[in-house]
Amino acid sequence: MTLKRIIDLLCRPLSLWPCAAARARATRPYAICLLLSLWLYPAALIAAEQPDVRPIRIGLTAVFLDDQVAFTNWWRDYLERRLGRPVKFVQRSSYREIIDMLRQEKLEFAWLCGYPYVQHRTRMRLTAVPLFRGKPLYQSYLIVPAADTQTRSLFDLRGKIFAYSDPDSNSGYLYPQYLLLQQGVQPADFFVKSFFTWSHRKVVEAVAVGLAQGGAVDSYVWETLARTYPDLTAKTRVVNKSPEFGHPPFIAGTAATEQEVAIMRQTLLAMAADVEGARLLLRLNLDGFVRGDDSLFAPISRMAQLVEKKRNAPD
Amino acid sequence: MRLIKDLSLRYKIPLRVMVLVIGTALAVTASLVFHEMDELRRNLIANADNMGGILAKTLVAPMMHDDVWRAYEILSTPSPALGQSDLLPGKLERGAEVMLILDRKQQVYVSRQPADYPMFSDPAQINPEYLAVQRTQLNLNSSHATVVESPDSKHLFLLTPIVSDGELLGTLVMSYSKALFLPRFYNLAQRAALVTLMVLAVLLPISWYWGQRTAVPLVKLADAMGKTGARLPDPQELALEESGDEIGRLGSAFKRMLAELEEKANLEQQMVLADRLAAIGRLAAGVAHEINNPLGGMLNAINTYQRHGDNDPMVKVTLSLLERGLLQIKDTVAALLVEVKVQSHPLERQDIEDVRTLVQPNLTDNGVALVWENDVLGPLPLPSTLIRQIMINLLLNAVHASGKGGQVCCHAYRSSSNFFIEVKNNGNYIPQEKLPYLFEPFAYMSTNGHGLGLWVTYQVVQQLGGEISVASEPDNTCFTVQLPLPETYGHSHTT
Repeated sequence: MTLKRIIDLLCRPLSLWPCAAARARATRPYAICLLLSLWLYPAALIAAEQPDVRPIRIGLTAVFLDDQVAFTNWWRDYLERRLGRPVKFVQRSSYREIIDMLRQEKLEFAWLCGYPYVQHRTRMRLTAVPLFRGKPLYQSYLIVPAADTQTRSLFDLRGKIFAYSDPDSNSGYLYPQYLLLQQGVQPADFFVKSFFTWSHRKVVEAVAVGLAQGGAVDSYVWETLARTYPDLTAKTRVVNKSPEFGHPPFIAGTAATEQEVAIMRQTLLAMAADVEGARLLLRLNLDGFVRGDDSLFAPISRMAQLVEKKRNAPD
Repeated sequence: MRLIKDLSLRYKIPLRVMVLVIGTALAVTASLVFHEMDELRRNLIANADNMGGILAKTLVAPMMHDDVWRAYEILSTPSPALGQSDLLPGKLERGAEVMLILDRKQQVYVSRQPADYPMFSDPAQINPEYLAVQRTQLNLNSSHATVVESPDSKHLFLLTPIVSDGELLGTLVMSYSKALFLPRFYNLAQRAALVTLMVLAVLLPISWYWGQRTAVPLVKLADAMGKTGARLPDPQELALEESGDEIGRLGSAFKRMLAELEEKANLEQQMVLADRLAAIGRLAAGVAHEINNPLGGMLNAINTYQRHGDNDPMVKVTLSLLERGLLQIKDTVAALLVEVKVQSHPLERQDIEDVRTLVQPNLTDNGVALVWENDVLGPLPLPSTLIRQIMINLLLNAVHASGKGGQVCCHAYRSSSNFFIEVKNNGNYIPQEKLPYLFEPFAYMSTNGHGLGLWVTYQVVQQLGGEISVASEPDNTCFTVQLPLPETYGHSHTT
């Protein structure tokens, strides 16, 4: 509430623009974007003063709670100090846009899901894998509204409304698709309706308010939410937990040099070792980063192949 | 009802004024409250319409892309789902109770309350009020929301079409509970009642005061009329309002009536008195005549016997005794029989001065001071003997009444047509109850005298066509004799 008030106050000068008060409310998202860009302006200034230093652009996706502006700014400042270079976090509403930007070399790095990584492995280099509860692994949770005490598995949700997070998410899309297709069920026929919320957190919200009767969500996000917003997760019930998969990794795109990859990896791996990095990790609800290897993502790769095959050739 | 009718105007008028004031205050308050409520409703609809228009435009893209979550987020944007805090009156305009999008099949596409109105549900089955909503034909070209409000419905629905390129994608339905108006209504009514009470607190005492002021003269008049019975109230005591309005006029008319009634009563009393005295006079005269004839015979017989009869001393003594007794009777009868057919010369100034000389020894004996005023200059056409008799009678009475060290005033004067004698003394006054019998024979018995003085005076004055009146109060008793002056002397007094 207070945050909202602060944003309101900050946005007030913007209403100097010829727009009615009612429209000010509608334009608030744009106003926030504008504010953000103003916030980022000093960084751009530094870049302008030192034209020889390119900023490192890191794409962020909803594999973590990416809607905490103050936190991401703090992390960015931390990385800038460690890397000795300006850092620019780039956020988009879907994984696909970040993937596209990586491919277009508009980003050096990205924190992505394992699913797009296995699909585009040739153009991406594994930089670091987060440690969640001591392991570089996570799960896909099947959640239903807390009021629903009947559902025992995904197959009990036939004819229901289902919420996916992102079509490029492993835990929020690939795994439930895999489960259904494995049983020879076409997901489009199984659910009466399914939709994407483009974020794990919003899957939890959609299930919590009852908009969807089931949803697939990243275990790391759900558990982190359970820590910070227990009221929200309390409105959902975890029905099933998937086998463990490789945690969404930090990857480097073709735009990043080997040296940059090395420095970035070192910086991330060293986070747990210094005080500020540890505090950041605490906020991230992570234990640190490890180098990781492709074998972590082999199960995802297998599921992706099966889904690809079944979808193309339904029974 | 009867009780109200019988209530005094003292209360009835203020009560009526108060009823009027309260009625006016209530009517004004009610109209203000209802006007405010109407305004509130219009504001709500205007705001909702405005918001619905913006939302409908924003919802076009998510509807076209079948982005349920985005549509849900847009519905949730305007304000948090209506919680308890939104029931506060000030927040009424902000949150719709239920917001949902109906698809072209009139099913829920998405709602802000998915738990109550899940996707694909038929809202009419959840809440029959939506039947009216589903039946409503929307004007796709209008930029304003359609208001659906059936009288038996508990909700007000605002329907905004979500239109792209002239095609209806869905309908945004915002529902507002009419119960939301109630807290606002109570709040308004409460404030209005408070203001009304404050106004009444000022107006009621004023209206009570004015009502009282209007009623009091009427009440006084009614009280005065109520007192008027066998005894007439003194107009001075009544304290009626003096004013030119109707009540004032009634009051003065009433006073006039009282004065006339009193005058009439006095007149009647005087007439009764005069009649009685006249009757007594006739009786006395008749008896006197009847006594006089045998009396004369008896006295003649005694006289004759004394002159010609034998001189038996015993008889002489007896006859002498009889004669004295008979003479006393004769005197008394003569006094009763007032004889005005006395020939006498017209009244002159000296005749009156003689009276002074005559009573002087009496004054000296009793130590009474005399204030003498004789304003008669020339001869008056009145019998001097009778006037002198009147004056002597009144003066002797006055001297007697004033007692030792007292004072007697005598004033004789004339006007153009009347002659007046005023005799005052400062002695014992005559009690009110004795006044009516004052002029009757033997009524006002004195210790000396035969009690016929005033009777004789009255008779004389009556026979001269005049009036005698007396006013007596402590230290001042005044006898006034008024005698009309006949045009020629010698005719009027011979009756």
